Amino acid sequence: MNAIRYDSSDVAIRMRNVTKIFGKNSLAAQALLDAGRSKTDVQAETGCVIGLNDVSIDVAPSQIFVVMGLSGSGKSTLIRHVNRLIEPTSGEILVDGADVRQMANDELRHFRRHKVAMVFQKFGLLPHRSVLDNVAYGLEVRGVGRHARLEKAAKWIETVGLAGYEKSRPRELSGGQQQRVGLARALALDTDILLMDEAFSALDPLIRSGMQDQLISLQRSLNKTILFITHDFDEALKIGDRVAVLRDGVVQQQGRPEEIVLRPANDHIEQFVRDVNKARAIHVSSIMEQGKFSVCDAAVPPTARCDDVLPLFAANQWVGVIDEFGHQIGRVTSQQVIAALARHTPPARQLLQASPGEQHE
Amino acid sequence: MFPEFVDTRPLRRAVDDALNWVVANWGGAFEAAARPLLGLLNAIQFALLATPWWVIIALVTLAAWLATRQWKLPAIVFAALIFLGVMDLWEDAMITTALMIAATLTAIVVSIPVGVWMSRSLRVRQVITPILDLMQTLPSFVYLIPTVMIFGPGKIPALLATIVYAAPPLVRLTDLGLRSVDPAVIEASRAFGANPGQRLLGVQIPLALPTILAGINQTTMMALAMVVIASMIGAGGLGYQVLQGIGRLEVSRGLFAGLGIVVLAIIFDRVTQSFGKQLQARIGLQEVRI
Repeated sequence: MNAIRYDSSDVAIRMRNVTKIFGKNSLAAQALLDAGRSKTDVQAETGCVIGLNDVSIDVAPSQIFVVMGLSGSGKSTLIRHVNRLIEPTSGEILVDGADVRQMANDELRHFRRHKVAMVFQKFGLLPHRSVLDNVAYGLEVRGVGRHARLEKAAKWIETVGLAGYEKSRPRELSGGQQQRVGLARALALDTDILLMDEAFSALDPLIRSGMQDQLISLQRSLNKTILFITHDFDEALKIGDRVAVLRDGVVQQQGRPEEIVLRPANDHIEQFVRDVNKARAIHVSSIMEQGKFSVCDAAVPPTARCDDVLPLFAANQWVGVIDEFGHQIGRVTSQQVIAALARHTPPARQLLQASPGEQHE
Repeated sequence: MFPEFVDTRPLRRAVDDALNWVVANWGGAFEAAARPLLGLLNAIQFALLATPWWVIIALVTLAAWLATRQWKLPAIVFAALIFLGVMDLWEDAMITTALMIAATLTAIVVSIPVGVWMSRSLRVRQVITPILDLMQTLPSFVYLIPTVMIFGPGKIPALLATIVYAAPPLVRLTDLGLRSVDPAVIEASRAFGANPGQRLLGVQIPLALPTILAGINQTTMMALAMVVIASMIGAGGLGYQVLQGIGRLEVSRGLFAGLGIVVLAIIFDRVTQSFGKQLQARIGLQEVRI
């Protein structure tokens, strides 16, 4: 398995028992929460809104960690705790070993300028500045000289595919282009950690898919730690190395995408899984026959997903799985893939039962 | 009649005595403190009177053209300035303009920081808003009399009265403009580690600028509205012509000087508004209408 192993020192972002209660009466709300009362109960009794309730996550370096939840689940609150745009009520937040909660104002600014960069759902671009100056904004805040920052900004504008738009104003660009500016602005800071708050949610499906691919390839070349927030389960499965599902401020389940698809922890997650394209979530390495076989004509890396091998079966009976050194470590057949997908698809008998003339339950 | 519960005469007497005491003991100090304001006003007035009329007409018409890039506003501005000259109001118009510019500049220097402060704290806003209401509604004669007592009749009390009356809209609109800046942009600047100064100068003020400009526009208009009252205590200018017209029952003098004030108001209003619109178009924000 290619699960990323790490010990406690090898964690980029660690949140431990983080609770956030919005409202004045947070002590009373905390007491009710500790007594095991639900979010709605606490809100009715104290007027406090529970943003996060005892959230603990570990994000390993160079990983895309996706927090997935519906609106109101607290996912945007969660990501804002990492760079302390929101102060937690209780709990511990460590970024690269540094305790974010203990930072004084100037330490916090230094941390935000050098350690974490953020991309926003609503872009948050400066409307009175050109694309070039927007991308250079973070560097400007950091105190980088004009010439150096514009040069760097121009490079990143090119990387995200916006060359030629340097002098445009943000409002002259489409949503997808604006978010590329937001992405370039964050990447220009060259931080190890990138926070992306529903970065692609405001975009059209096709543009979104393109941006997802671009993000994955950028992450491969830049090796950043990315905390990504989304309400789209498909998006979570597509880009996440690890996924946490959040509901009512509580982490319901976290694990690799296929763990969540194969073993949803509760009905809530089951509901998401039902509608999802499982071929995209299941890695071939988890269903392959291991061992020595004759070398196959077509081969994929172990990180490939069922989605990736399906087209290969049009011309091949077997598809090999090769490790990073080019050695074949196993193989899959179309039957294995179909079996894996079928196993996790809602059984067709529900449809049969509902045939006309039969009585209902 | 309303029954008399308390004898308020001692209170009234205390207020009067306090003012007399201030005039007697601090009059000189106040006058010294206001001298920079007087210097500013005199410098502006000197510059406007020393500049040949045709240079001023050319510059203001050019400004109108730069603000709109059309011929219509420059034509109106040109005609209006010619009207001032032809009606023998040029010098008075320049004196009035100097008073208005000095009051507006002072109001900008004071109001924008106060507006910034208000936008940052609910409590400050709760304290300052009633003061602004008071400044705008208290009849100007009420504070004019003590200021005249302290400074003596002349340009300083006139200028101070104009500032008191003209500054509130700029404070309010600065506060409003800063508070209406898109929170997503503010959050982004926080996330990138901008300090409060970088945030204010790099994000908030530029994005609030159209609203602040609308405030400056309002301030110039309010300052012009004060010129007649200001001239009663020695400011001179077009307001003085109006007063003389009233005093001598010379309707024509009052009418033409009054029209002169209107003409100045039109010039300043249209030119500053056009600059504001141009700025908004550049930033891409929706128009601020007052």
